[in-house]
Amino acid sequence: MTGRTVLAADGEAPAADTPLLVGEGLHKSFGATPALCGAGLAVRAGELVAVMGPSGSGKSTLLHCLAGIVRPEAGTVRFRGVDLVARSDTERSALRRREFGFVFQFGQLVPELTCLQNVALPLRLGHVRRRAAERAAREWLDRLGVADVADARPGQTSGGQSQRVAVARALVNDPSVVFADEPTGALDSVNGELVMNLLSDAARASGAAVVIVTHDARVAAYADREIVVRDGRSRDLESVA
Amino acid sequence: MTIGATLLGLLETGPQHGYSLKKSYDAHFGRDRPLDYGQVYATLSRLLRDGLVEEDGVEPGGGPSRRRYAITAAGVTDVERWLTTPERPALYLQNTLYAKLVLALLSHRSPQDVLDRQRSAHLTTMRELTARKRAGDLADQLICDHALFHLEADLRWLELAAARIDQLAGAVVPPPAGTTR
Repeated sequence: MTGRTVLAADGEAPAADTPLLVGEGLHKSFGATPALCGAGLAVRAGELVAVMGPSGSGKSTLLHCLAGIVRPEAGTVRFRGVDLVARSDTERSALRRREFGFVFQFGQLVPELTCLQNVALPLRLGHVRRRAAERAAREWLDRLGVADVADARPGQTSGGQSQRVAVARALVNDPSVVFADEPTGALDSVNGELVMNLLSDAARASGAAVVIVTHDARVAAYADREIVVRDGRSRDLESVA
Repeated sequence: MTIGATLLGLLETGPQHGYSLKKSYDAHFGRDRPLDYGQVYATLSRLLRDGLVEEDGVEPGGGPSRRRYAITAAGVTDVERWLTTPERPALYLQNTLYAKLVLALLSHRSPQDVLDRQRSAHLTTMRELTARKRAGDLADQLICDHALFHLEADLRWLELAAARIDQLAGAVVPPPAGTTR
């Protein structure tokens, strides 16, 4: 676990029930099309939050803003109390690599690398030695039940195996927050369930916060809470329950 | 579930006492709602009267729990007919959720709040079922999945309704007096 203290100089360590990541009042447009109109979300360490909403509602944009991939035009994204929006692209990239893990609908594994090398990649980018990185990667592949594809390239694996490799890659550097955008969208029910069981178990065991964008209520049922995004605005369903 | 047909189906595997029949039913189908003994014996009396089961010996001591029941040929025919006849798909056309939505619009309450509260209640139940499924055996998993798919269908309807609230409002809410639509 590296880098957890890098941003601590900006504030004191948060209490256990303090949100780890908070997005507030986020606005983002693509050309003349508004994608976010004041959306926000807060997630605590060890918590799974599902983000749902119709296609085009802005839920993926919200995830990208929270993860520091997209810079909003207005609003704040605070990670451990530090506003990411005010940070430079380089600082946000470094933070993403160190603190965040990502799982997308299609694994987005590097096709030229083996599954083992793919999982080891975040550690290698963080300057972990190859042998140590591959040892950790192998452990994660084993934990997710795909050790047998370690030396295969992603194109030689099934969709379910490939997505489990992607989950291993997202978790290998012990991230504080895992962002998952439709992580089961390309899988059948059985494989989708398997991936969700593994992702939620692994994230809970490591204490990572998880933000899952999904249109699938059965995936959302793994989460502790649900946020609905409509027309670029978010609503925490707890507030109306 | 049709208790009579289900008990008959269980008896087709071999003669049983009422007590063991109840246990067998509860183990397969009654985890959430076990059968009362009264229900078992009342159903067996009816099956006996209709010639679908017969007594297959009585142990000394008397009382209904001492009797053993076996399925008759007519009973086997009945089970066969039941298993090969598809259940009528439930239509759910008398929809309480739709009624609440329309009444919220007519009374100028927030229809979105009605939908979101329902969505939250559905998801809470789905979370409980998902947790139970993950801790359960294969039977539990399939039972919970059946319930989860039905709740998911409701949620999809809630989403569709949320996307069409404005259209629905235009269709059901009368325009203010003095205006024409």
